[in-house]
Amino acid sequence: MEAIILQILNGLDKGSAYALIALGLTLIFGTLGVVNFAHGALFMIGAFCAVTFSRILTLSHTVVDETQTDFLGNPLKVDVPYLHDLFGQATGDAIIDWAVPLSILFTVPVMMFVGYAMERGLIKHFYNRPHADQILVTFGLAIVLQEVIKYFYGANPIPTPAPQAFAGSLDFGAMLGFDPNLIIYPYWRIIYFIFSAIIIGAVFAFLQYTTFGMVVRAGMADRETVGLLGINIDKRFTIMFGLAAAVAGLAGVMYTPINSPNYHMGMDFLVLSFVVVVVGGMGSLPGAVLAGFLLGILESFASMREVLEILPGLNQIIIYLVAIIILLTRPRGLMGRKGVMED
Amino acid sequence: MGILEVKDVGKRFGGLQALGDVNLSVKENTVHAIIGPNGAGKSTLLNCLVGKLIPDTGSVLFDGQSVLGRTPHEINQMGISRVFQTPEIFGDLTVLENMMIPCFAKRDGAFRMRAIEDMMREKDIVEKAESMLVDMNMADKHHMHAASMSRGDKRRLEIGMCLAQEPRLLLLDEPTAGMARADTNNTIDLLKQISDERDITIAIIEHDMHVVFSLAQRITVLAQGTPLVEDDPENIKGHPKVREAYLGETA
Amino acid sequence: MLGLNKKDLQLMLIVTGLTMLAPFILNPFPESSGMAQFNAGYPDLMQRFVIFGIFAIGFNLLFGLTGYLSFGHAAFLGVGSYGAIWMMKLVSLNVIPAIFMGVIVAGIFSVAVGYICLRRSGIYFSILTLAFAQMSYALAYSVLTPITGGETGLQIKSTDRPIFSSLEEGETGRANLFGMDMRQSFELNIGDWLFTFNAGYYIAAVVMLIAFYVSIRIFRSPFGLMLRAIKSNQTRMSYTGLNPRPHTLAAFVISGMYAGLAGGLLVAMDTQVGPERMFWTASGEVVLMTILGGVGTLIGPVLGAGVIKYMENILSKINKDVLHEWFAFMPDGLEDFIVFLVYPFIGKGWHLTLGILFMLVVIFLPGGLVEGGQRIGKWIKNRGKAKDTGGSTEPAE
Repeated sequence: MEAIILQILNGLDKGSAYALIALGLTLIFGTLGVVNFAHGALFMIGAFCAVTFSRILTLSHTVVDETQTDFLGNPLKVDVPYLHDLFGQATGDAIIDWAVPLSILFTVPVMMFVGYAMERGLIKHFYNRPHADQILVTFGLAIVLQEVIKYFYGANPIPTPAPQAFAGSLDFGAMLGFDPNLIIYPYWRIIYFIFSAIIIGAVFAFLQYTTFGMVVRAGMADRETVGLLGINIDKRFTIMFGLAAAVAGLAGVMYTPINSPNYHMGMDFLVLSFVVVVVGGMGSLPGAVLAGFLLGILESFASMREVLEILPGLNQIIIYLVAIIILLTRPRGLMGRKGVMED
Repeated sequence: MGILEVKDVGKRFGGLQALGDVNLSVKENTVHAIIGPNGAGKSTLLNCLVGKLIPDTGSVLFDGQSVLGRTPHEINQMGISRVFQTPEIFGDLTVLENMMIPCFAKRDGAFRMRAIEDMMREKDIVEKAESMLVDMNMADKHHMHAASMSRGDKRRLEIGMCLAQEPRLLLLDEPTAGMARADTNNTIDLLKQISDERDITIAIIEHDMHVVFSLAQRITVLAQGTPLVEDDPENIKGHPKVREAYLGETA
Repeated sequence: MLGLNKKDLQLMLIVTGLTMLAPFILNPFPESSGMAQFNAGYPDLMQRFVIFGIFAIGFNLLFGLTGYLSFGHAAFLGVGSYGAIWMMKLVSLNVIPAIFMGVIVAGIFSVAVGYICLRRSGIYFSILTLAFAQMSYALAYSVLTPITGGETGLQIKSTDRPIFSSLEEGETGRANLFGMDMRQSFELNIGDWLFTFNAGYYIAAVVMLIAFYVSIRIFRSPFGLMLRAIKSNQTRMSYTGLNPRPHTLAAFVISGMYAGLAGGLLVAMDTQVGPERMFWTASGEVVLMTILGGVGTLIGPVLGAGVIKYMENILSKINKDVLHEWFAFMPDGLEDFIVFLVYPFIGKGWHLTLGILFMLVVIFLPGGLVEGGQRIGKWIKNRGKAKDTGGSTEPAE
């Protein structure tokens, strides 16, 4: 029993990431009708926003500290972060420690700008081009973005730790009445899950309770009619794209302590994200979220030692197997609209 | 027994009864028009005839054989060719290539793997296609990119492609929709010529009464999913029920 | 002649000429010159040009003609390689049965994969192929390790005793064509130029010419016409009595077999294989090649394969030092600036250049290099014409 709970928990953080990326993908596909193979790259850029922000925070200048000496006996040269100068050492270090969550403030505008630039600069020219062309050009863009990041940040993963306050693990099992140390789960992953849930909730609330959201939902159901109603759908498309980019970026930012950012994390997540979207039902937002979590948990179960003993490597292929089976038996996915893509 | 026998066909979409109690008999070698106001179920009926929809009830027999549940290509091989509302042709190919394809389909069936031969060396196919283009008055365009033709020409090509298969039944779905007067008259002349010169049954769904009365030998009026009247054109013209169906309650 | 029309025959002869004379054409720079590193005429690279050319030709038969975009073709390349190497380990070190095995195994696999994936079209088809490709990669990497050697892959070991071979105790077999080792090369020195004639290359080149010839026949055949009809208007095709499904499946299997052929040849040249050959980005690479070269054309895929392999092997080797060498004649500040500008686009950053080039092609030049070449040719012709007429007539826009 504990093992099951543990696996469910294990699947939640990856599942959250899948759900968020798939959410953005579905928003773009459902509203703009565009297949965005660069979405994984947006996830990656978000992660590197955290890296960048953390680097900004730790910008330092070299100071000679007369009170200490290096191993040659000369006064020690110490790198002092500017933050220490501004806020004192204790506060400065605290701010640096909280770099990852704080970078959310930095990431949101950056991602919205990136999304805006992508949509206005490239995507909007492909609204009426066939899906294959959209896939190809965004695939090319994903490669370019990946290489740019690689150029500026190097090829190695850059560890970006969570704040000290969340460094440990929670003894979940003890909370639930099980024996201690059976089900332990890192604090940060719980935070990530809660964070994702909040973002997902916010997006749904936005779509459900604002006029803008209503127009978007109408556009998802029937883009032509909305256009004919004289509603300027172009500007809203740009905003939607920026929003979807921000969601992907935020998913990336908070994921950095779990998986050190590296230049090909975008591509790594991209394939699975599309699989998730298709399983959930292309164009269905709840479907994307549900499928993200389900597949994350499924992957986690498939990684259990007992399972791998019988079926080695199952965890690598389980998601694809499920996707293939669903695509064949229920092409509209878990929650897609009936009649969509029933060839 | 007509070549096309539709018996007790009904089709429901959720709460909407799109078709109900549809009985229709199309006699061989005639021109049979199906008319009716918007929403009468004409397109739904057509889709039931060509394999796109399966009716909930009833039967559709073509030359004694059931059409229901068959794929579009199977139905075509049975002898039914369809002309679409917006001309459906192979835009990326040349006019000649367009015409060669139905010729291949007729000669070789739904699938025959001929991957090594040069298609231009298939003399029988090329000759048949060229002669068909001559019949359609399009021989001078045979190397033209199909997508760059005018709509009227595309329509002509499409009809020609259907005829190339020597179908027993030619189904036309509002063939003159969106056409200017000149093109419409050309299409009427073409269809008249086809019906006179060939052993072929034509079923045409139409809105344009001028077209209907120029061509039809028999008319079925559909209203709210069910046939209202079926009769010869003269009797349809002044029929009170028909006028009512189109115009609502009139004086 | 050979059943080809005049234009196709010309093309065939040109391609034959280029491949046979490749050792000369690809090594234009003298050995001692600063440009020698741009020479592409060494066996490994020349082999890759033609082998990936075959891969791309096959992919083009599917995507170029039918419009179905598969992101999983590297799986067939990999399967072909695995099939070939097992043939070599167990039966014979002769490359011909190995290559045959590669083609057949890939063909069978592509029937199964194609049958499933083609039940959907458009983006669903693409994602299905992607899913299959990644699954195959994972299977090769961690599940079917007895057959695939897992992460390390397979190669010919000294303990392998193929049935039809006469190896000594402890001798490691070498791939050969009836005794001729693939790595045998003959070097020709003319002055300061060096030309290498490699057995493996010529064998692969001959195979490519055959594969290219077959692709021309397919393009011009009734089957090719039907494939183009599917891409143009699948609805009209169905309603004209033709069943698209067997056509697309046949195209899928043929392109899978081409991939298997390429995989088998890779093993013949370099007797090893690993699961990375099947990773989805390897499929992405053949997509890039075909589109860069010119999707739907005959020569496009080969051009694209050549350009990308050239960039991968030559462009990627240009590093900062080389750049500084080139621009040394400039004043220091300017030299550094120019190196700074150019550096991200070459060396290890060549993928960046590739990505940008690819995007430009998809956006502005969908016909790829072939279309680019045609446009340049037209422009040159038009300039010539304007000069001939001698007047102030502007060429028609």
